[in-house]
Formats: sequence, structure tokens, C-alpha cells
Amino acid sequence: MSYVQNTERDRKEMLETIGISSFAALLDPVSPELRVQGGLKLEEPMSEAEVVEHLGSLAGKNRPASARISFLGGGIYDRYIPAPVRYVLSRSEFYTSYTPYQAEVSQGTLQAIYEYQTLISRLTAMDSANASMYDASTALAESIIMACAIKRRGRVLVPSALSPRVRAVLDSYVPGKSIQLEDLPWGEDGTLDLETVERKLAEDAAAVVLAQPNYLGLIERAGEVSELAHAQGALLIALVDPVSLAVLAPPGEYDADIAVGEGQSLGIPQSFGGPLLGFMATKNQYIRKCPGRLVSATRDIEGKRGYVMTLQTREQHIRREKATSNICTNQALCALAAAVYLCTLGEDGFREVARQSLEKSHTLYRMLSGIPGCSLPFGENFFSEFVLRVSVPARRFLDRAKREGILAGISLGQDFPSLGEGALLVAVTEKRDRAELELYRDVAAAAGGGK
Amino acid sequence: MFPEECKYTKEHEWVFVEGDTAVIGISDYATGELGDIVYIELPDEGSQVHQMDPIGTIEAVKTVAELFSPVTGEIVEVNEAIIANPEIVNKDPYEEGWFIKVKLTDPEELDVLFSHEEYAEFLGEQEE
Amino acid sequence: MSATIFEKGKNGKSHSYLPPHDCPLEKLDLPGRRKSALDLPVIGEQDLIRHYVELASKNYHIDKGMYPLGSCTMKYNPVVNEELARLEGFNGLHPLQDEEDVQGALELMYNLQEALCEICGMSAFTLQPAAGAHGELAGMMIARDYFRDRRENRKTVLVPDSAHGTNPASVVTCGFTPRTVPSNEQGLIDPAVLERETGPDTAVLMLTLPNTLGLFERDIARVVEIVHRAGALVYMDGANMNALLGIVKPGEIGMDIMHLNLHKTFSTPHGGGGPGAGPVGVRAPLEDYLPVPRVVKEKERFSLRQRADKSIGRVHPWYGNFNVFVKAYAYIRTLGAAGLREVAENAILNANYLMKKISQWYYLKYPGPCMHEFVVSGKNLKDYGVRTTDVAKRLLDYGLHAPTVYFPLIVEEALMIEPVETEKKETLDRFAAVMERIAEEARENPSLLLEAPLTTPVRRLDEAAAARSPELCWSGEERK
Repeated sequence: MSYVQNTERDRKEMLETIGISSFAALLDPVSPELRVQGGLKLEEPMSEAEVVEHLGSLAGKNRPASARISFLGGGIYDRYIPAPVRYVLSRSEFYTSYTPYQAEVSQGTLQAIYEYQTLISRLTAMDSANASMYDASTALAESIIMACAIKRRGRVLVPSALSPRVRAVLDSYVPGKSIQLEDLPWGEDGTLDLETVERKLAEDAAAVVLAQPNYLGLIERAGEVSELAHAQGALLIALVDPVSLAVLAPPGEYDADIAVGEGQSLGIPQSFGGPLLGFMATKNQYIRKCPGRLVSATRDIEGKRGYVMTLQTREQHIRREKATSNICTNQALCALAAAVYLCTLGEDGFREVARQSLEKSHTLYRMLSGIPGCSLPFGENFFSEFVLRVSVPARRFLDRAKREGILAGISLGQDFPSLGEGALLVAVTEKRDRAELELYRDVAAAAGGGK
Repeated sequence: MFPEECKYTKEHEWVFVEGDTAVIGISDYATGELGDIVYIELPDEGSQVHQMDPIGTIEAVKTVAELFSPVTGEIVEVNEAIIANPEIVNKDPYEEGWFIKVKLTDPEELDVLFSHEEYAEFLGEQEE
Repeated sequence: MSATIFEKGKNGKSHSYLPPHDCPLEKLDLPGRRKSALDLPVIGEQDLIRHYVELASKNYHIDKGMYPLGSCTMKYNPVVNEELARLEGFNGLHPLQDEEDVQGALELMYNLQEALCEICGMSAFTLQPAAGAHGELAGMMIARDYFRDRRENRKTVLVPDSAHGTNPASVVTCGFTPRTVPSNEQGLIDPAVLERETGPDTAVLMLTLPNTLGLFERDIARVVEIVHRAGALVYMDGANMNALLGIVKPGEIGMDIMHLNLHKTFSTPHGGGGPGAGPVGVRAPLEDYLPVPRVVKEKERFSLRQRADKSIGRVHPWYGNFNVFVKAYAYIRTLGAAGLREVAENAILNANYLMKKISQWYYLKYPGPCMHEFVVSGKNLKDYGVRTTDVAKRLLDYGLHAPTVYFPLIVEEALMIEPVETEKKETLDRFAAVMERIAEEARENPSLLLEAPLTTPVRRLDEAAAARSPELCWSGEERK
């Protein structure tokens, strides 16, 4: 079955109008030897009831983190999503509309994006934000390309305490632009070693990437890194967790030139890692070098306020090979989700998300300190995610915790061997409660003790 | 429609020579084709340019064009007013809307450019 | 115009949404606390919902009416697929959960990859790229690494002048140099010209099939032969795959790499500009270059293979836009082979029918038959002082959406029309009637077009003012 609505009679009349007797004549330009022989070999078509049953059974084979006690993070977080977010996103006026090329009939999407841009500007304390990008990793890659274009330099310093998957995307993405990435290892306390930053900067870098908090959850000395970068004429790119910005100094406060980050925390389900929401904000002086769509307020011919996509000459449909980037879409629906999320919670609600994440994670941290077999190598300088080291291989600990109903964290050993095979990254969001933290503590006490 | 005392390029720049200095802008035809100009990027004063090198960009709402230098020499002045208010170029491409002034190194280069009549003829062909 | 949420949320009162905070900590000494205000709006739920419903009412969307946007394949988005994608078993998954806990998700991805391979005649697909242009980029990386391993220093990618603008942009992002191949009088690639342009420096020919004029490249076999003989690869932009479902398998006719747009061909909604998905398929010799991780099946178990020596690495931090895969997979399973063929046939039939009608009033540069879309020109209306953009704006007054305008660049005053298969004949008739009426208006009363639209939430907007001095965020008051 398909969703085609033409009847046999419609088809006949249409062929008559075209002036041919059978559909085959329309395939004339496709010479017969190029055509599929014998049809596609696919499973039999399904009715709606059958497809609901089939996908329901696939969904049923999964055990979603959202329905369990999850301490998984590393870029994707299990957060509470208020009902208005789902409601607005399920309106087909939003989800079945196209990119707002005809502005007069797309004011809903355009105003929503303008408001999203404003919200991101406020969160990051930057001048302006774009209409969003695929995810944080591509936003970061694009910001690196942008910084190199602004500075006409080709070397960028990147922290080692960065998500290995984000780093992998950078590694495939930037060589095309002849950009070299150089590692900034973490020091003893898990944050950037400022002397190394200074030394590597002296060699003519275009930008320094600061991950705040870094992949180990730790809070960097952003202001000092920023000063070092600017003293050498390099730009500062801040990769930030948006929820942390309700508590921690935003990029604008430490004079970052470009701020990027992952917006999944802002009302977007974990969804096995996609779709996501890359946000990007910058100083007004760089806005014409910024990739991605931008929505601006303006007026119509009667003086009425309205919104349009702007600075389109940066984009590929006009500038083709000279475009600032090859990215053509944004993640409009995800940006809408983030906007609705932030406006639903409002000032106090969003601060509360950050506060709960901070205090609940620190509560767990304190519960775990002093338990035999558990060590916390980097101290309390973290936002809502921290490294825990257990005395058994992480895999064993995780399996044991899972039997107790807990997804206890992400094993770090494969990606960061220096942390040891017992290292885990533990994320705590506002969804966790004291009883769950206590359960974690008990599991750690039993398993982490090496028994 | 366009001044007779100027020389022109195929890319629709005009040049007006005063002593050893060439004043450069874009023709009325070019502004008509581009539509509303919204942003202009020009090289700094003091930089060297070569004949027919791309030296700047002119952005309209839905299109972008490069500015080519019709002559070789040193840029002695840049029209900051059009950078701040690009619409000046649409309103007055030959007077207020000039782009740059270049101190000529080789005045003979001007010979390869269109005269007013030749440019008019060239535009006639373009229209067809 | 609707006030912004910031104006509405100035002095409001918000509802409570969050879990209780049962572990407050008094003393927490954190460095680098935020000093500046967040300035988020505070608004009650009723007014919040009203705000977004008011915005929603200002959008055109498929559930309201036809979207004849050429190259965009705006087909109906089945509502059941939306329901399925919202199942917690899918959207509650964390990407680093153990494989044993995500077997259903991996099975779905595996089945989708397999179905795309069969539909396209490719050996393997990756689902990672988040959009069409992202797929192009991944495809170019595959070509780049392939030639690097063969120690062939090929730098040029040939791109027909009718190509999507993202093609040359993706080529450059990957470090190649694009070179434009002009189309011939019929709007097709001319093998003789291609032969001249192809050489030892050519890495890839990047073509769109059917091309952006909606035409099938009649000489495709010859085109492929020229490129392959030169040792280069053929990349197919699969944005127009809707026309080929069950009719042509790109892999069987020599396409080496291709991307699909699940949000076009496989009916996942566009969301006002994303998220989409741009899977990339390759033929056998290139399989090893696909991004990691790859979903594989061993016996009855599915897993993620993390390492492959030749892989280009990752283009997405996880596995791609999974939520979009759920909808595309449901669509393919619903339609099956016969349904997909029916899609292509009706897309082609609808386009030819509409072309026949509309070419009575608008200039058709490349006469058909066309595939799933066609391009006419509004240049015959120039005599009345009317341009294509005016036709587009007038369509909005009739409650319809405009076609794609001014693309492809090789057609002056272009109107690119793709009716898609899900629109019924009556809908096409109504659209054609409006197009006829607008052509009449252009002759008799052009000011109707020049002043259009009159009935939309706003009238024509001052794009020049926005581009000269963009106002990208709300500062607290309206700028004059």
C-alpha cells in the first residue's frame, strides 16, 4: 500500500491530457537496459496495524535508559521534558512545514527561530546566535573552520579532555580545510595546564577550544585561558553545556569569541543519539563569517514587524563553492524544542534544573567518597558529571549495577587508558532522587570494594 | 545613463582618472543587476592591487559579486561612507558611491579598458 | 505581528514542572559562577501554549496544502510514523547503553540499511549523516580517502552547472576543487564536453539524477563509462530519488557513491528546516571507507562495529538522526516494493500532467517527458513588468505555496515545480488553474502580482534592511 491518492480513473484522464496512452511512454528517457529487472526485493507491504505491531515489537526489544535509573551522560542526558515541549512539537504547523523560504507564510517558524536565537544569546551572554546546526561536534568543527578563516591561520588547540566522539568528528571534518589540531593535555587536577596552553599558543594558533565543563566534568579556568589566547591574537572557542550556564560563567563573561554546544539537554529526548541540536553564538563583528542560517527581524512594506532569513549570501545556494560552509539546513524543530523548553521552565525553573543537577551530583560524589575501593581522582571542581574509579574493571562494575537497576555510567578506559580500566564517567541530572543515589552508593560499596 | 568621461571593464567597474589617481566604482548597470546592495568588503588603504585582481566583494540580498580592480597601483583612499551605508552605491553610483582611489603605476593599462561607447555596445550585447 | 515571548513573559508566573529537590546542599564552593542575568521569560502555561499556537497559525505546512517546491519532495508525512517515533522504546535510549539493551534499535537500523541497499543497488549504507549536505560531505571524504590509499593525487570534482549549491560547497569543505561542466541545449550532460573535462586529475563526477531540471540523463551509461575509464568515481546526489524508486537502481547503472534524503524520498517531515537524515551508500570497493561505527548482524545478534582500518572515521558523534530512521523505516515497510514503485510512477505522472498544463501559460525551455519535476520560466511575463518572484508571492494570496524560484540557475526566472505523488489530480488541477489565473493577471492587472501578497500575516518584508543591519536577537524593545 502507499499514500498515493490518484485513482485508476484519475491516471487515465491524466495520461489522456498528456497525450499518451500508457505510463510507459513517460519512461522513454530511461533506456530499458538501465531499468530494474523484476522489481525490488523487499518485505511484503504492511497495513497500519501491522506496522504498528512490527515497530512496537522492535521498540519492545529495547530497554530504554529513560525508564531506568540512568547515570549515563557523556554528551546525551536523561532530563525531564515538560509536556508543553511535546505538545508544541506535535503541531503539524511546525513539523510538516518546510524551510521558511517564503517568509510571508512562515512567520511562525521564523519568529520561533528568532526567539531561539535570542535565548541562546542570553544563555551564552554572546551578541548573536545562529539558527542552529546538526549537533555540537559539527558546530565545533564549523567554529574551528570559521576561526581559521577569520585569523587566516591553520592551527587550533583542542583539549584532550574532550568527548572522543566529538574529537573523531573533528578529525574527519577539518583536514579538508588544511587545519591542524593540536592536543592540550589535562594536568594533575584534570583541567588544562595553563603553561602548556601558553607555550603552544606562542606558535601562531588561530584558536583555542575550551570545553566548559570538560569531558571529565571539570570546570576549567576559562578567564585565564581566554586571556592567554587573546594575548597571542588567537580566538577563544567555548564548547559549553547549556544547563551549566545557569550556574557557571557564560562564554560572554570571559570574552569568548565563539560559543558552541549541544542543546539535547534542552527538551530533546535522548533518542539513541539523534537528532541533536548544535548551537552557535558569536560576537557581532564575526557574524558575517558565521555558518548556518540566521533569522533577522525587519519590517514589511506597511511597516509591520516580521522576520526573514538573512545574510543569505554566505550560503551555498548563492555563493556555491565560496560559501562559509556546506551546511544547508538547521535543526529547526530541535531549536523549537529548546525554545519551548526554556520558556516553559522560565528563569527560575531553568536555574532549578542546573541547581538540582549540581547539588544531586555533588551529593552522590560525597556519598561515594570514603567508600573502600572507590576513588574520586579529580576532586569537587565539577558541574554535574564526575570521574569515579572503582577497583574492579569498569565493565564488571557496570554489569553488577545494572542487575540492581542502575545504569551506573560510561566506562572511560578504552578512550582514555591513562585513567585506568576502573574509570567511569558518572552523570547526575535533576531526574535522580536521594533514594537512587543511595542505591548507587550501596552498589558501589558492594562492588567497588572488589568483592 | 552612465558618464562619458569614464573607462569601463567587462565586470562593470568604472574608472575616472584625475592626474595620477584613478577613482573606481561600479556602473549603474551593475547596481541595477545586483539590486539593493547590503554589504561591501574592500581592501585596506595602502594595499597594492593588480589589474583585474578580485579585491573586494559586493553583497546584495540574494547575490554576491566580486569587485575587480581595473588598474594596477596602490590604494590611497577607501570610501568608508559606502561601507557604513551601502545603499549610497544604489542611489549614486558615480559620485557619492565611489569605492576606492588608486595611485596608478601604469597609466597605459587604461588602454585595454572599454571607452564609454564600447561599454554601451557591450551592454547591448549582454541584453540579447 | 505577534509580540515576542520576551514581552509576554516579562512579569509572569510559571507552573512547576520538575522533580522534587531532595538533596539540597548548603555549601558548595564552585569557581566561576555566573554573574550576569539569564533573562529568560517567565510565562504561565496557558499563555505559553497560546503563543506557540498563534505562531503555528502563521505557518504554511503540508497538512494545510500542496507544496510544489522543486527539489524538496514535500510529500505527505504519515501520522502513524510520528506516533511510532515517539515510543519510549526508541526515544528513551541512550547511545551508550549496552548492545543487549538496544537490540531493537540496532535491528531497525540494520533493516533500514538493507532496504536502502536493495532500493539503490548499493553494497552498503551508513545512516550517520544528519542531512543531505552532510551526506555529500561524507561521500566526498570517502572519495578523498579512497584516492589517498591508491596514492592518486586527484583534486578535481566535476559538477554540472545545474547542480544544487551544496554540491560545490561540500566539495570545497572536503579539500577538492570543483569544476563546472556546462549542460547542453537539452539541459543534459554532454558526453563530448565531459570527455574533454575529464582527466587524470578528476576524482569524482558529482551529478544529480534525475537532474535539477527534472530530466533523466539519457546518456548516463556513456557518462559513467567516461568517468570510470579515467579512473574516477561517480557520485550521485540522490535528492531526486523519488523518481527512481523501483525503476532504476543507481548502483546497477554505475553510481559509486550516493546519498539519500530520508526527509524527501522516505516521507519524514521537514520540521521547518530539519532534522533530516542523509544516508550514504557505496559500491563494494568503497565499503571499507564508510564511517564507524557500523551496524552489523552476526547470527541473530546485532552489534556496532567500532573499528575499520580504512574508515573515514565519524561524521556524527553517535549513529545519526535515529528518530528519523524510525519514520523512514516504517514508511518503507508500509509501502514495500509495489508501493515504492507506485510512488515513483505517480510522482512522474503528476509532474508530466502538471507540466503539460502549466506550459500553456509559462515558458518551458526543456520539453519533456520529465521525471518527478520540471522547470518553467516566468520570462514571458517580463514584458508586463512582472518577475517570477511576483508569481510566487501571488500564489500565497491564493492560499498555496510557491514553487522553488530562481533555481536551477541555468534557467532564467526559473519556477521549479515538483508536485509529488501524494497529491491527487483535483489538487493539481486547482494549482494549475491558479497558475493560469496568475498569468492572466500578469497581463491584465500586473499590480496584483507586484503588490502580492495581500492576505498573508505579513506582506513583503524588507530583506535589504535586514541584511544591512541584521537584528538577530530581541534587545528588549523594537528597533526603529
